Amino acid sequence: MNHLLAMPLVIPAITGALLLACAGNRPQAARWISAASTAVTAAVAVLLVMQAMAGDYQVYAVGEWQAPFGIVLVLDRLSAMLILLTAVVALAALAYAIAGWDLRGRHFHALFQFQLMGINGAFLTGDLFNLFVFFEVLLIASYCLLLHGLGQPRLRAAVHYVAINLTGSGVFLIAVSLLYGVTGTLNMAHLAERVALAPEADIALIRAAGMMLLGVFAVKAALFPLYFWLPQAYSSACAPVAALFAIMTKVGVYSILRVTSLVFGGASGAGADLTTPWLLPVALLTLGLAALGVLGARRLGELVAYMTIASVGTMLTAITAGGVAGVSGALFYLVHSTLVIASLFLLTELLTRQRGSSGDALVTGPALQQPVLLGIAFLIATITVAGAPPSSGFLAKLMILQATLPGPAAVWVWSIILCSSLLVLVGGVRAGSQLLWHTETTPDHNARAARPAEWLPLGALLVCGVALVLFAQPLQKYTDATAQQLLARAGYIEAVIGGTPDTQPRPLRPGEPL
Amino acid sequence: MEFLLASALGVTTACGVYLLLRGRTFSVVLGLSLLSYAVNVFIFTMGRVTTGAPPIVTTGVSTYTDPLPQALVLTAIVIGFGMTAFFLALAVRAYRDSGSDHVDGSEPVHPEKRSP
Repeated sequence: MNHLLAMPLVIPAITGALLLACAGNRPQAARWISAASTAVTAAVAVLLVMQAMAGDYQVYAVGEWQAPFGIVLVLDRLSAMLILLTAVVALAALAYAIAGWDLRGRHFHALFQFQLMGINGAFLTGDLFNLFVFFEVLLIASYCLLLHGLGQPRLRAAVHYVAINLTGSGVFLIAVSLLYGVTGTLNMAHLAERVALAPEADIALIRAAGMMLLGVFAVKAALFPLYFWLPQAYSSACAPVAALFAIMTKVGVYSILRVTSLVFGGASGAGADLTTPWLLPVALLTLGLAALGVLGARRLGELVAYMTIASVGTMLTAITAGGVAGVSGALFYLVHSTLVIASLFLLTELLTRQRGSSGDALVTGPALQQPVLLGIAFLIATITVAGAPPSSGFLAKLMILQATLPGPAAVWVWSIILCSSLLVLVGGVRAGSQLLWHTETTPDHNARAARPAEWLPLGALLVCGVALVLFAQPLQKYTDATAQQLLARAGYIEAVIGGTPDTQPRPLRPGEPL
Repeated sequence: MEFLLASALGVTTACGVYLLLRGRTFSVVLGLSLLSYAVNVFIFTMGRVTTGAPPIVTTGVSTYTDPLPQALVLTAIVIGFGMTAFFLALAVRAYRDSGSDHVDGSEPVHPEKRSP
């Protein structure tokens, strides 16, 4: 068995436990350990991507318990790509945190590692209940990270965030156990087989469970009408945490993609067309409303949070409307948007700090101490997030628009994606001119200017965005292959539980002989 | 038995949702707890309600109870308990810092009580 597969979980878990022991009295040591662990996880992620590029599924049966009886971790192109992306964002967020934020509360680094473990686990696991467990791991870490630094806005945001996510967890459990009760399995590949073969009487229950699952994922991904928790939570989190949260909505998108393509992916049977009638309208509504939110935001943090929601809307539009090419475009967009939104959250904090009491409110405040550098960074990030040429956002949106072209929904998709891009650009430009130009004449001399240790992660994220343009073709090749692998689910099922078809598509009823 | 369990689950869930939608953090905590109790029992019943049947294969026995939901519900109980404890601590901290136990962190202002 390929033990490398378990490393993205094992490394952060062990490091996190170690950090709990030494964080309180040795802050410098905690920094080094945390940074080293994150770097090693990133190196493992690179190796995993190289392995996944061969095109095979890698299955890791935990404790050598065979699927479907034990828990499996499954590596395919999609999981490998997302784990690498998580590692890149985590490195940048951690570097930024080490510049000062991590000392404002105990156990920042331990929580950070547990958060990474939860995210990586959600991307790797092939078991539905295990997915719930990893969701809880990443959520409890995110609750504490959201509160890092404390203060009333954070507490208020955290109460809402925790309440909605605990409710979501309850619904998740109901859906999972309902699926188990009807099909008798929790392994996703095994579920896919049994859902396709489900008898007529069970179809309604399976579809109800599927819709509940997707509802929960919609909460995590922040889809309309379940996104109202996001702007406040993300804009009140401290900068490195908000940057890491940029990947969290993508966990929701990943789960929707995985479950709809694998478990409910069959052309016939109980899962057929489960999401078709409503996911596209919901995604388009999310996108449109988020663009209006960007335009109406009164604080920079809120504006970036709405940009996050817009990115989710764009991705799910592409996934539902574009077939294989659409999924490929959505994955390209996922990489681009995560990087740029993380950099925007870091930039927000740098800008806010130099504006004295005005904070990140979009009102006239003191002049900035470093207007040129901050201005250039803001310009690059805004152009990229809005998708103006020659940025990576432009390429991603081009792929998405091309993918949806022959479809019946093309009119809606094109008009809403293009209009919302314009609105996001206008919102970004308005915020930029307010923050950089419409200022008082003198800067706030008490404010702390951005230091090289803070420029480094921000610059690195922006350079990654530029690299996406330069290396667009290899990335597109990779996302194309990923989309094909994802939508051909037979390979996944065979890799996990072998080629023998399941002849008993339901669990034993009580009293039935074994 | 099934009817009784299903009714109890329904009533508990309804109470949980009602409390969850209240404005004070303590009601919300109670609501979330009730909801998680209902969910836990629901997981349990998804393994079918059987009495007096062993969970492990034994010679001479033909009826079994499903052991997996029991393992699942154990995990769910532990996670639910931890989350409730965290939420309580959070609620207490929010009350101390803001002086209000309202979920929005401040007392709502009613239109008729607003000073002119």
